[in-house]
Amino acid sequence: MSTASILDIQDLSVDIPTDSSTLHAVRGISLELNRGETLGIVGESGSGKSMTALALMNLLPPAARRQASCIDFDGSDLTHATERELASKIRGQRIGMIFQEPMTSLNPVYSIGRQLKETMTLHRKVSDAEAEKRAIYLLEKVGLPDPASRLKQYPHELSGGQRQRVMIAMALMNEPELLIADEPTTALDVTIQAQILHLLRELQQEFGMSMILITHDLGVVSRAADNIAVMYAGDIVETGKTAEVLEDPRHPYTKGLLECVPGYQGGSQQRLGAIPGIVPAMTGEISGCAFASRCPRAADVCRTTNPPTKKLHEGRYFVCHEPDIPNQGRATKQSAPGKATGKTASHGAEDVLTVDHVSCTFSVRRGLFGKRKPLQALDDVSLTLKKGEVLALVGESGCGKTTLTRTIMGLQASSKGSVTLNGQRIENLPPMERARMIQPIFQDPYSSLNPRKTIGEIIAKPLVVHGIGSKHEQHQQVRKMMDLVGLPSRVFNSYPDQLSGGQRQRAAIGRALILNPEVVICDEPTSALDVSVQAQILNLLLDLRDELDLTYLFVTHNLSVVQHMADRVAVMYLGEIVECGERDQVMSNPKHPYTHALMDSALSISPGESVPDPGLSGEFPNPMNRPSGCPFHPRCPLADQQCREQAPAPELIDNTLVQCWKARAAGSQLKS
Amino acid sequence: MLNYILRRGLMALLVALTVSFGTFALFHFATDPAQTIAGEDAPQEMVDDIREQYGFDRPVSVQYADWLGSALQGDFGQSYFWKQPVVELIKDHAKVTIVLALAALGVTILIALPLGISAALKPNSWVDRFALSTAVSAQAIPNFWLGLMLIILFSVTFPIFPVSGDATWKHYVLPALVLGASSVPAVMRLTRTGLLDVLSSDYIRTARAKGFMGYRLILQQAMRNALLPIVSVLAVQLGHKLGGSVVTESVFSMNGLGRLAVESIFNSDIPTVQSLILIFVLTFVLLTLAADLINAWLDPRIRMG
Repeated sequence: MSTASILDIQDLSVDIPTDSSTLHAVRGISLELNRGETLGIVGESGSGKSMTALALMNLLPPAARRQASCIDFDGSDLTHATERELASKIRGQRIGMIFQEPMTSLNPVYSIGRQLKETMTLHRKVSDAEAEKRAIYLLEKVGLPDPASRLKQYPHELSGGQRQRVMIAMALMNEPELLIADEPTTALDVTIQAQILHLLRELQQEFGMSMILITHDLGVVSRAADNIAVMYAGDIVETGKTAEVLEDPRHPYTKGLLECVPGYQGGSQQRLGAIPGIVPAMTGEISGCAFASRCPRAADVCRTTNPPTKKLHEGRYFVCHEPDIPNQGRATKQSAPGKATGKTASHGAEDVLTVDHVSCTFSVRRGLFGKRKPLQALDDVSLTLKKGEVLALVGESGCGKTTLTRTIMGLQASSKGSVTLNGQRIENLPPMERARMIQPIFQDPYSSLNPRKTIGEIIAKPLVVHGIGSKHEQHQQVRKMMDLVGLPSRVFNSYPDQLSGGQRQRAAIGRALILNPEVVICDEPTSALDVSVQAQILNLLLDLRDELDLTYLFVTHNLSVVQHMADRVAVMYLGEIVECGERDQVMSNPKHPYTHALMDSALSISPGESVPDPGLSGEFPNPMNRPSGCPFHPRCPLADQQCREQAPAPELIDNTLVQCWKARAAGSQLKS
Repeated sequence: MLNYILRRGLMALLVALTVSFGTFALFHFATDPAQTIAGEDAPQEMVDDIREQYGFDRPVSVQYADWLGSALQGDFGQSYFWKQPVVELIKDHAKVTIVLALAALGVTILIALPLGISAALKPNSWVDRFALSTAVSAQAIPNFWLGLMLIILFSVTFPIFPVSGDATWKHYVLPALVLGASSVPAVMRLTRTGLLDVLSSDYIRTARAKGFMGYRLILQQAMRNALLPIVSVLAVQLGHKLGGSVVTESVFSMNGLGRLAVESIFNSDIPTVQSLILIFVLTFVLLTLAADLINAWLDPRIRMG
């Protein structure tokens, strides 16, 4: 262990006994972290990255068993430390921790102030007033306005982003030497994500902390970490300096992961490299390389012998047999990445779906005797979808995306305006007819499929409801559809919980397409999936569009997915479309300040570049208290008197519809 | 908070009025009070006379309003059977029941909470198994049998406590044990599962990462969350105990409200029965209200929501 290193882990394993065998969640990993540096641990779900983080301070679930030959934290031996020693000397004091779920990680029954202060008073002999001073100081540091009055608030009074800021402040109360951040921004909107990452970097430099950043997002890690460790199935398969690993990946899994990320290579709407299959469960005896079953280069030796650790130079390792000549061809050449899928939407095609000045107002009553208040979920929204195109709908949570899709599907009546599908008003269409023309794919493949029905029954359901075909014909059609969406025919009689997340989403897509709809509404179809599976699904959706001549309304908050999938982009803010136009226009030359901030917050993989500060002040406003004038003005860097008083009307600039007073001037101002 | 109290209070009042009117009306339609007072074989004129005299010929709503009006002024009428004001009767019996119920509640809390907490701290350990088997036995053993066994053991074989009656505090020990034991299973289980839930939550993980452990983790972080459902269940259990524990009171020959209720029913003493129902309903409603208020005090989300 060198003098610069603050944490040295040797041969750490975590086993979780199950009913039948033992799950090897972490399999003998070794890591080193230098003082003041950030180590990014990257991996998909099930890779063991969170278990590694929890294992350091022995915060694992009760059933899990930890083993290590050495966990040395700045001279303290964490391997043999008792629970009491860890609690009184290490946890919360020398090592702080931030978790993924800001909504549930704070105790709901105690005030923010109490939770912040107790972190300090538990470990140090400080007065309440001193602890309060520190709490206020840190809340100010993490960018919560009016910190003194926040202390009296309870977690449920804060938004997700605010709670995560409180979590960060709490982890910093005792000036820890090491901060472990487990997916600190995954549950947050992109603009908030950029703010939080930016903040963590600043604080780290200011306090000279070391950090372990755990994430599945290669974009995040490329900008925030000095070193990377790539985990797969409980093992570190590759490690080294961030730039070296991302620019010259040696392990096939690292390469595969990178190629799965939309926008990493090749142009948009081209096939993404995809890693076939899923992460295997590491149970029982394991021989050979855990990645062999998914690896395009795997040879016999990979399946039988554990791969050797190869050292390129100090601190740069990977674990692979390298069965053929190293670096010969990219791992996923076989799946032909870079091949452009068919055509793009032809211009001047007919309009399939028209949303015409639609407004939607709910009246919300708080409590039994509370007054009803209007909540404007959609405000004068107009959109058109041309045959065969992909229109991406982008916006932060609460902006009205879901209400808009519900209105388009006819599941939610609009208060004003109309939705026209194939020339017919949607509210005049019989529900059956409407359902045949427009079908949804939802975000969560775990809850959108009936757990008591087989996959065959689920996909056939629309046919049964519409009474199409005989039982035999339906059967045949389902088989055909399963083939089309890439489901093996053996899962016909399986239940959803026997399928992986990606397979479930394929089943959901099959169900949506079996009626041969005109328009498919994809509501965050990949945000619950790992990046390797996301790539498979995105490829599938693009293939299907070409084969079946589909039109997609693609709702997402993931801008690299937008960049990859969309022909046109519509940006929503507080129930309004603030900008809408061709993808390249909107994404590379945004005219609305909000679009600009959104695009700035998108973290593409670019090692060495810092996390940008999106420059948005404040948080997404409560739709109940809509700002007057332009709804974006409280957060807008360009806002002036006019913006505060008058709502801008949409105008057409360079073929892009923009709703902003400053749009014509904004481009140059925002760039400077 | 004030808004919350007012809202819950109003709801409680509505529930109490609805239930008491319902029972009043049911009694009115199911029995003929005039006949009861006159006696089974009384001539028709006499029954009619009584009906007129007592006002039983008026509409139910009017009678109810009349009865409720007097009840609110503390006049619950005259018992037909015991020939004395119902208020006096209830006063005499209530003391026994209240003391017994509160003592039983204490027994429940003292047994169920520590048992539930220790079971949750070490799930599937011997403590947990002991707690669960205690719960199953307590659930399976009938009250009267447990009562008799305790009498045999602690009053006959080892004469520490009196066999029956309600004169001194010693009289209350065994019945409180019996009555308290009956609530132990429900409360113990709820404590165990509730605390287990809380202990596996994200915010407890946060608390552990902050350096909390042992009793501080339980008392300063977990317990307040776990208490919410326990408070509600304790209120219901106390309600049952105050609503007259007929079996226990009978086994130990204690003159509580439960026995009063049973005897009034056997003797068709409608004013007494009606008054007891109103009191039981009010007790339940007030206890639920109290539980809601305690929970609102414990949990800011309820208080502010």
